[in-house]
Amino acid sequence: MTTSDTATDAQLSALETRFEDTIARSERIEPRDWMPEGYRKTLVRQIAQHAHSEIIGMQPEGNWITRAPSLRRKAILLAKVQDEAGHGLYLYSAAETLGVSRGELTEMLIEGRQKYSSIFNYPTLSYADVGTIGWLVDGAAICNQVPLCRTSYGPYGRAMIRVCKEESFHQRQGYELLMTMMQGTDEQRAMVQESVDRFWWPALMMFGPPDEDSPNTAQSMAWGIKRNTNDDLRQRFVDMSVPQAEALGVTFPDPDLKWNAERGHHDFGEPDWEEFMQVVKGNGPCNAQRIAHRRAAHEDGAWVREAALAFADRQREAARA
Amino acid sequence: MSGQDFTAEGGHGAVPLEGVPAAKAGHGSEREWPLYEVFVRGKRGLNHVHVGSLHAADDEMALRHARDVYTRRNEGVSVWVVQARHVAASSPDEKDPMFAPSGDKVYRHPTFYSIPDDVPHM
Amino acid sequence: MSHLTPDPNESAGSAYDGLLEHHEVAGDSSQWAFGTDFEDPLAGVDTTVPADVDPAALAVYCLMLGDDALVMSHRLSEWCSRAPDLEEDIALANTALDLLGQARLLLARAAAADPGVVPALPEGSPVPAEDALAFFREAGDFRNVRLAEVPNGDFAHTVVRLLLFSSVRLALFEQLASSSDPVLSAIAVKGVKELAYHRDYAGRWFLTLAQGTDESRHRLEEALRDLWPLYPELLTTHPVEQVVSEAGVGVAPDSVASAVEVVLEQVLAVSEVDRPQGQPLAGVRGRTGRDGLHSEALSRMLAEMQVVARAHPTGRW
Repeated sequence: MTTSDTATDAQLSALETRFEDTIARSERIEPRDWMPEGYRKTLVRQIAQHAHSEIIGMQPEGNWITRAPSLRRKAILLAKVQDEAGHGLYLYSAAETLGVSRGELTEMLIEGRQKYSSIFNYPTLSYADVGTIGWLVDGAAICNQVPLCRTSYGPYGRAMIRVCKEESFHQRQGYELLMTMMQGTDEQRAMVQESVDRFWWPALMMFGPPDEDSPNTAQSMAWGIKRNTNDDLRQRFVDMSVPQAEALGVTFPDPDLKWNAERGHHDFGEPDWEEFMQVVKGNGPCNAQRIAHRRAAHEDGAWVREAALAFADRQREAARA
Repeated sequence: MSGQDFTAEGGHGAVPLEGVPAAKAGHGSEREWPLYEVFVRGKRGLNHVHVGSLHAADDEMALRHARDVYTRRNEGVSVWVVQARHVAASSPDEKDPMFAPSGDKVYRHPTFYSIPDDVPHM
Repeated sequence: MSHLTPDPNESAGSAYDGLLEHHEVAGDSSQWAFGTDFEDPLAGVDTTVPADVDPAALAVYCLMLGDDALVMSHRLSEWCSRAPDLEEDIALANTALDLLGQARLLLARAAAADPGVVPALPEGSPVPAEDALAFFREAGDFRNVRLAEVPNGDFAHTVVRLLLFSSVRLALFEQLASSSDPVLSAIAVKGVKELAYHRDYAGRWFLTLAQGTDESRHRLEEALRDLWPLYPELLTTHPVEQVVSEAGVGVAPDSVASAVEVVLEQVLAVSEVDRPQGQPLAGVRGRTGRDGLHSEALSRMLAEMQVVARAHPTGRW
């Protein structure tokens, strides 16, 4: 946000103090409040990537809507993917309170200038992946998203409360699908284990590189935008997932995974950060495909959006005449 | 990896934020559907409350979109929509208009700007 | 959704538990206008087949209405993540979900009326009847009209198809609400509200595209020309429909033709679009979709829809 040219240094510092006091009191910053430009930009980047992730995240699961093996599963999956469109919409709206439009953000996404979560650059190869994404990927997302309901920026926090409320069924439906499949045939059990093997490491990578490699985390935490470190969240996720896997009857593909009584947490192996960096750089299995799909939808829809505007203009003119 | 910051929050995991633009030069290339604010009455006897925003080409489309987006879980018995630019707003915190040079900027539109019911004169 | 299977989150506590009851975070829950639970449309409805109804005819009739909804829902669901904007993506998914819900109720009713219509599966298969019908029948056993099955085109194509489809189905369901079969009646009562919205949605977009830009008008007229030959099939009464209609259980489509025509003529007039001149698409020796005679597109669509279910005929999902 730009400040008026006439603002003196003293006035500016008073604004900064007020902003920092608000954060220190754990109160929310609202769209009309003064905020440092760095805070605003960091928020735009974070909310935008979150919104993009919801929208791109429709694709891997959407891949199975037309092949869902029961009508009940088809309804659940379609409703879930639809929710993701809604969540993207809520989040784009939160970003719009910071002066950037949904159209702008969409263009930056399809031009590859803004990012989304790497997890969606992995392919979905069997119906069990629908369950695994619900369980592990949405499970990891829960660890990330619940703290965001208390994020310092009001519109983001409120969007996240609606998202979390609606998401409460997402992880459950995934786990329930896997549970049901594990009670089915041997082929189905093998399908579940294969899917878990494929998604475990990418799910761990969702929390990002180790803290010592994330230099700007401290500023985001001080501003109350980010509330937990990458490693904290990853540990919480592993500890949460292990008993769930046992109840399900599957294993995780990590020989180093074991309970450490001294720490009161599970020890676990190191994800392949080289693969992670490759996927982040655009060389993942599905990066190009996901963007091309989103670009096609956006461009194919341009004539429809334009027609609706032309129609609205015409209606307004008619009303005036 | 050093020098590149990642956010682990923001939903679905680690995404590099360094060097990522937060705005597009010259804004988007397309004229967009206007932004609307949506208010839903959850039950008879309650106030309409602000639930979020959406885009639509006109009022009628906005009402349909509101029904599809914000009442798909049986929420609400009544929906209001209003174009965001038609909402007049003030903030009790803004003591000096000199420091509010962005009153006409999009990012000050009151999306999600909820005002408690007990604030008078709002 | 069902929570019948045990979930470790139940005992350990989901990460979401209590979040929205936490006043400091979420405040008063009425502030959020969240939704309520959904109702079972068949709650309290007597599901025994009325004594004076031919169960075989009732079953086939339910397959006709159920297959229309299932196939149309499938085509709409193909839009997911591909719609012109997020709001339309959500709207199309809502419509697909409504029709999928209708399909499930109708297929289940078909199976209850005459178990003979349900394909045989291996001994001990846990696949429920609605899924056996959806995933284990061949294209020739599907009774939907061909309008529902043709592949998607552009958004105008979907708008025109949905307008024709929902105008006829709404008119049928309005009559079906007084069916002597209490189950069909309950399904129709619920469906009328949904279909009225689908028709309104399609009608409004029809007008918008007609009066939008030159391109949108051109695309709309082309879609209307393409789909028009498939429309008469929706208003033709099949012998089975005649039987159930005479029994007071079902509705003969030709009896609602004039009501549908009034609506379509209105939409065309306000949109300033001429009624197409195309002739009805022929069948084969008079057989069309209702007889199980389909376009080439249906078996291809079903190959995709059924692939996972058929690979696991004794699977649990």
